[in-house]
Amino acid sequence: MTHAPSLSPTSPAATTTGGFFARFRSAPSEPSFAKRVQFSSPYLPYLFLAPQMAIIFIFFYWPSVQAIQSSFYLEDPFGFGSTFVGTSNYTDVLKSGEYLGIARFTAIFTAAVTFFSLAIGLLLAVKADGVIRGNATYKTLLIWVYAIAPPVAGLMGMMMFDQHIGPLVRFVGLFGWDMKVGLNYNDTAAAMIIVSVWKQIPYNFIFFLSGLQGIPVSVREAALMDCRSGFRRFWTVILPLLAPTAFFLLIINTTYALFDTFGVIDVMVKDKAANNPITLVYKVYMDGFRGNDLGGSSAQSVILMIIVFVLTIFQFRFIERRVHYN
Amino acid sequence: MAQINITNVSKIYAGGVEAVKSVSIDIADGEFIVLVGPSGCGKSTLLRMVAGLETISKGTVEIGDRIVNDVEPAERDIAMVFQNYALYPHMTVYDNLAYGLKNRGTPKAEIDARVAEAARMLQLEQYLDRKPRALSGGQRQRVAMGRAIVRKPAAFLFDEPLSNLDAKLRVSMRGEIKQLQKRLGTTSLYVTHDQLEAMTLADRLVVLNGGEIEQIGRPLDVYHTPASTFVASFIGSPAMNLVRANREGNRLHLGSQIIEADRLSSLPTDLTVGIRAEDLRLANPGEQSLTLKIGYVEELGAQRLVHGTIDGKQLTAALSPEIELGDTIALTIAPSRLHFFDTTTGKRLVLALDTPDTGRQAVNKLQAAIG
Repeated sequence: MTHAPSLSPTSPAATTTGGFFARFRSAPSEPSFAKRVQFSSPYLPYLFLAPQMAIIFIFFYWPSVQAIQSSFYLEDPFGFGSTFVGTSNYTDVLKSGEYLGIARFTAIFTAAVTFFSLAIGLLLAVKADGVIRGNATYKTLLIWVYAIAPPVAGLMGMMMFDQHIGPLVRFVGLFGWDMKVGLNYNDTAAAMIIVSVWKQIPYNFIFFLSGLQGIPVSVREAALMDCRSGFRRFWTVILPLLAPTAFFLLIINTTYALFDTFGVIDVMVKDKAANNPITLVYKVYMDGFRGNDLGGSSAQSVILMIIVFVLTIFQFRFIERRVHYN
Repeated sequence: MAQINITNVSKIYAGGVEAVKSVSIDIADGEFIVLVGPSGCGKSTLLRMVAGLETISKGTVEIGDRIVNDVEPAERDIAMVFQNYALYPHMTVYDNLAYGLKNRGTPKAEIDARVAEAARMLQLEQYLDRKPRALSGGQRQRVAMGRAIVRKPAAFLFDEPLSNLDAKLRVSMRGEIKQLQKRLGTTSLYVTHDQLEAMTLADRLVVLNGGEIEQIGRPLDVYHTPASTFVASFIGSPAMNLVRANREGNRLHLGSQIIEADRLSSLPTDLTVGIRAEDLRLANPGEQSLTLKIGYVEELGAQRLVHGTIDGKQLTAALSPEIELGDTIALTIAPSRLHFFDTTTGKRLVLALDTPDTGRQAVNKLQAAIG
């Protein structure tokens, strides 16, 4: 083992860099890792932040503000003006049995997709990490599903669950399950979850694998000498050390299940008979762009925004506390 | 407490690279054995095979009369201290120490007692609630030691445990390890590339080179009678001077300079002469001497290392700082202090008579004859 030479802020390379960067002087009396950079103008840091802030503002804050504003109005479907209606868009939505049903399904769907995509991704990562011969092939095979666009994934999923030629429908038929995707509410829900999970596994796999490879070999070896049961070693040493990765993925996967499954759902339920499961995001789209009820749709997206906000705060407050960062 | 018997152990990697070549070492109960050699000599591989972290390609490893080739590391009744400590970063010091015991189903009260005892021994009592990241390098090292101690294993395995510490801490930890091992009397196998660490810690040291044992012996025996030029140049600091020489009768020609000694006739005419730097001394007037052309001097305080050439051959002498130095200096050495090695094989050549080994060999022969 060798020690990597530590780069100090006062290393020759840093001081000889001329031109633009030479204007930032690194404080010479700062021995710690924290690099204190002094700018010649106090406005310069904000200039550097500006592109990022502009993107966030234009694509996030501006639409959010617009949504909040229009959620208090009843918009004319043909754009001939709008009427202030106060909170009635919200009360309409929250009193609607249909909306609450969709919210219930969304909760179940999100929980199922997050759980299964994390669990299967982790299982595959642990197994692939243990493979020594030909592990590059395994990894490639497991990762490339991620390169498929969500609508294509939905389309492929539909093929797998096709009433006539779908191999998965035939397979479950062997066990006496007459699966009717697009007709039966529960069957469609199952198919949607399976396709969404399948689409997300590679992403989780990549992160878990890199997380596993970030665990020092010697720590694993020490555990090997301290604990004979591989299962117990996994729960007591490997998994706690993977916690930062798992926490990150939990947030990403929750968001994925809530929002990014839109394409999959669209392909699966579009042009199908009515009573199919959809998630809240799809409902926003349906009401806003199919139903032309922009006010109600905005109210729904604000509600969704609040749900995600609360969920993220909850995750950071209560789950991250148990995460050990190195 | 157990002895360890390593018998004809080899490690052959896929692709046919032989990292360890048929090594046999018998370690007595309570003995402190140090495996020493340059990087890539197979010392860590050998240790890891004993630990069970590497498979054994050939041969057997026995720990206390039980062949452990196919036994899981956790069931070999050994504990290992790793170079980078390998502490569990998410556990407190207490949990780090207790983890191995918990997994073995040790009762809670006994775990508490053993952890407390180890913590007291290693002065870790006030850190038991801390996570490893809140500890200094030396404290982490102690926790790693403690994790081994609480298990009360049959043997300790150390894989360069001190190389991540600074020089001063290394010296003090070296002393602590030595004392601790003596107090506990646990059989220990210790790997290092630092010959000083090897000399100071070992009951017996094993010098490895290219996957093979060059020499096994007590530190001073290895130092005074190195079995080969490799051992001679590896053990001892500064390294032993090795000079190519020709023999004519009882005269050794080092280039144009000559050393005369008795009873050299059994040696080949072409050989390598080994001279310890500290065996060289200033020649009195009229004495046979070698003239060293001084290149540069290293001051060590207690002594002074004079580097120079004798007839173009590099030589280092350890001299008293009081001696005044010019451009050249006349040095001499007692003929009995010379070491001789074969130029091609590098093996030690033994004089027909008058070697430190002869007496012991005679005794051994006698004992063999008796019994």
